[in-house]
Amino acid sequence: MYSEIVLEHFKNPRNVGKIEEADGVGEVGNPVCGDMMTITIKVKDDRIDDIRFQTFGCGAAIAVSSMVTEMAKGKTLDEAMQITNKSVAEALEGLPKNKLHCSNLGADALHKAIMDYYARKEGRPIPEEKIKLEHIGRTEEHCYCPYCDLDIPEEVPYCADCGKPTVKHHHH
Amino acid sequence: MNTIYLDNVSATPLHPAVKEAMVSYINHEFGFGNPVSQHHVGDAAMEALEGARKQVAQLINVEPEQIVFTAGGTESINHAVKGVARARSEKGNHIVTSNIEHNAVLGSLRMLKRLGYRLTSLDVDEYGMVDPADVKKAITDETILVTIMHANSEIGTIEPIAEISELTRERDILFHCDAVASAGVVPVDVEEMGVDLLSLSANQYGGPSGVGALYIRPKTEIWPLIHGGSQEGSRRGGTHNMVGIVGMGKAAELARKEMSERTEHLLKLKQALLDGLGTVDEIAINGHPTQCLPNLVSASVAYVEGESMMLMLDQEGVCISTRSACASGSLRASHVLLSIGLDHATAQGTLIFSLGVTNTLEEIERSLEIFRSTVATLRNISPLYRGKTVG
Repeated sequence: MYSEIVLEHFKNPRNVGKIEEADGVGEVGNPVCGDMMTITIKVKDDRIDDIRFQTFGCGAAIAVSSMVTEMAKGKTLDEAMQITNKSVAEALEGLPKNKLHCSNLGADALHKAIMDYYARKEGRPIPEEKIKLEHIGRTEEHCYCPYCDLDIPEEVPYCADCGKPTVKHHHH
Repeated sequence: MNTIYLDNVSATPLHPAVKEAMVSYINHEFGFGNPVSQHHVGDAAMEALEGARKQVAQLINVEPEQIVFTAGGTESINHAVKGVARARSEKGNHIVTSNIEHNAVLGSLRMLKRLGYRLTSLDVDEYGMVDPADVKKAITDETILVTIMHANSEIGTIEPIAEISELTRERDILFHCDAVASAGVVPVDVEEMGVDLLSLSANQYGGPSGVGALYIRPKTEIWPLIHGGSQEGSRRGGTHNMVGIVGMGKAAELARKEMSERTEHLLKLKQALLDGLGTVDEIAINGHPTQCLPNLVSASVAYVEGESMMLMLDQEGVCISTRSACASGSLRASHVLLSIGLDHATAQGTLIFSLGVTNTLEEIERSLEIFRSTVATLRNISPLYRGKTVG
């Protein structure tokens, strides 16, 4: 089901842990959804000098966390902001379709940690709507039956209840 | 890497004697025959079919002609629920069920709801037990069917079927029981249980997947689900899956004959597993402590997610299953676990160990070792665990 590289990162996750007195902290997801990720960073000369993660989640979520920390380590903050959920998934040579939502946590947590760093540096809190914007772990398109007004967890062409075609739908 | 298979509720390994019966049926000169054919090739198949029917009937203490072969437990359940609801629609439109039924029941009922039937789905207690008093309260003059499972395949709890059937028998209500997780594992006696329809499959006790049976009490009003030829007394059309049916028959015969020794073995394994799990901090065992299957342990592991545990155990050869949202392909936690009162996070960290007759005590001990290191590794990664003081 998973690629070799996903399994490798899952079995030997890099950069596990939590930096005490971190310069930036990013936390996304929650245990209700089954995924929660915290990234802490240490910044030196506008570069990510050290980065650690902690994740509650499935194998894909753990592999994504490990990969995103590897990709971000040593990068400038601007470069790290260019890392996307898509590029993390690509670096892992793809994830099963039903696991793509897990991959959405990685870059989000990283970006939140960087934004938290800037906010601390400038001595101003992150605006609330901006935090909410970064909470995009669950906002991907999902399957929806307009006839039953029902969210369908799996991506299926037809609604199992009414048999009519499903559509793509955005949360919120 | 040695495989330790502890996922017997998904499917059991074929019993060697079952495999032998199936292979020898395939190799038989007339093994391809259609039992409906009126020539001697058909007759040979018919003989094998009726032999298997007798073996399955004996497993659940009914007459052979009351057994309908199907393509598995899910089809049996769909047939029973939809078939009875449609056939009795002039008598009423109300159906009673529980909140912890299998998706085969829930999906069938959702379809019926769209067709105008009314449903009452009963709460269960913290052990997953249905209270017969709740069934009594739910029944109305419009009630035509009660469908409640015998044993739950996620938490192992066994429901008080005989007490519930007393209520349905004194009124004109049919009772369907989903016994897929229990038949062939614990005694299932239709007469003692007093049900009108009962679903079972073959792959829970050493038989093949893709074959099952539905018991239908004589004179029960039921529509076919699969229309076709005159097979199965015109109750289930379609040419028989003879190799599967032969396998199911053999598995049923062996399960009946060996049940007490198998149970003794399973209980020994289960106790060893429970003892071992008990030594790990912050693990809760789900399901009823005594009214439960001998082959199943549901354990909720705090601070870690089920799919990652399943994956890590699998890397070491141990096969278990989980009902975490992430593993199910949906983003929702198991409806069974939420119904017994677990919060979402706890439900996400729930594993099902299901034992089989081929498992050994050594395998349980080895699995526990791997399980302990898996939990320690994943808790070490978890942000939920770090903040806690463990003791």
